[in-house]
Amino acid sequence: MSVNIGDVKPRPDQRQMSSLIYKYMRPEHLPQIWCPGCGNGIIMRDVVQAIDNLGLRRSNTVIVSGIGCSSRAAGYMDFNTIHTTHGRAIAFATGIKLANPELEVIVIAGDGDISAIGGNHLIHAARRNIGLTVVVMNNNIYGMTGGQYSPTTPTGEFGTTAPYGNLDRSFDIAGLAYGAGASYAARGSAYHVQQTIQLIQDGIRNRGFSIIDVASVCPTYYGRKNKKGDAVEMMKWQRDNAVTVQQAAKMTPEELKGKLVIGLLHHIQYPEFTFKYTELIRQLAEEREENE
Amino acid sequence: MSTVKELILNTAWCKGCGICAAFCPKHALEVVDGKVRKVEGAECVLCGQCELRCPDYALYIDEKEGGQEQWVKSY
Repeated sequence: MSVNIGDVKPRPDQRQMSSLIYKYMRPEHLPQIWCPGCGNGIIMRDVVQAIDNLGLRRSNTVIVSGIGCSSRAAGYMDFNTIHTTHGRAIAFATGIKLANPELEVIVIAGDGDISAIGGNHLIHAARRNIGLTVVVMNNNIYGMTGGQYSPTTPTGEFGTTAPYGNLDRSFDIAGLAYGAGASYAARGSAYHVQQTIQLIQDGIRNRGFSIIDVASVCPTYYGRKNKKGDAVEMMKWQRDNAVTVQQAAKMTPEELKGKLVIGLLHHIQYPEFTFKYTELIRQLAEEREENE
Repeated sequence: MSTVKELILNTAWCKGCGICAAFCPKHALEVVDGKVRKVEGAECVLCGQCELRCPDYALYIDEKEGGQEQWVKSY
């Protein structure tokens, strides 16, 4: 049997999946190739559910991703999608948003992609407050390349490149973006599905730079290297150790050690970049007309 | 015509991670030989917790008008 590269796989039977998946995913590419129990699939569904709840049109929505396990999401989601180079998802998304400010641009990235290789793009997009929504699938490790420690690997934990424990302190991605000027920063988790959907929804609705740092689970590398058990154990850890922002406000730093603070961390309105940019163009055009 | 809900299992997509079974409030799901299946005699309340947390979209609650009420269907 010969297979042509141009062959299109037949679309599977609609009854094999929920109407949500059938509507917004590319089922011919499912099941996805993430490891058994990987949290990325759950978070990808959260994004799609948030989009469905908001009633965004598929033709008006752009999904941008970089490189890494999480970035495969753009291939599975049936929107205008672009799978870009490592760390540059926000750079591409900035271009798309500036060229067509009416588009809803959502970036899906991993912790390494967004905070290490693309760290500079993240802080400057946040500073600019450009209207992007960034959903970070944060699994605390570089999964695709074999379990190297990433900027979000907690101190003392193990990776293939940290056989004696990670010496560095870890990044708080939501806090980093907030410090750099993002107008919306939140944290969710793979376990807390309903809360995460709501946070992504509010992030998309926010006019400005929104970041939702979602704690994923990586049983294959992070879980195995750090003896955290399988996917179920890691999800149970999220369930038992998550504290809401409101609860965290009443806790001491010692009590908060090793906890996962979830919820809306920061939300403040600043003028959005593409709005300011088009406003400036309009103003200059008016001045020019007056002078002529 | 009433709305009928049913749990649909698509075992072809199941990778057997066991998340659905672990977080099922009625313990109505189990993983046997790497695939999800319904626990014999257990009651499913169609809450949809499994659907929300399945990373592989291998099960879902289907809602349709009328028709024969069928509890669980496997592919």
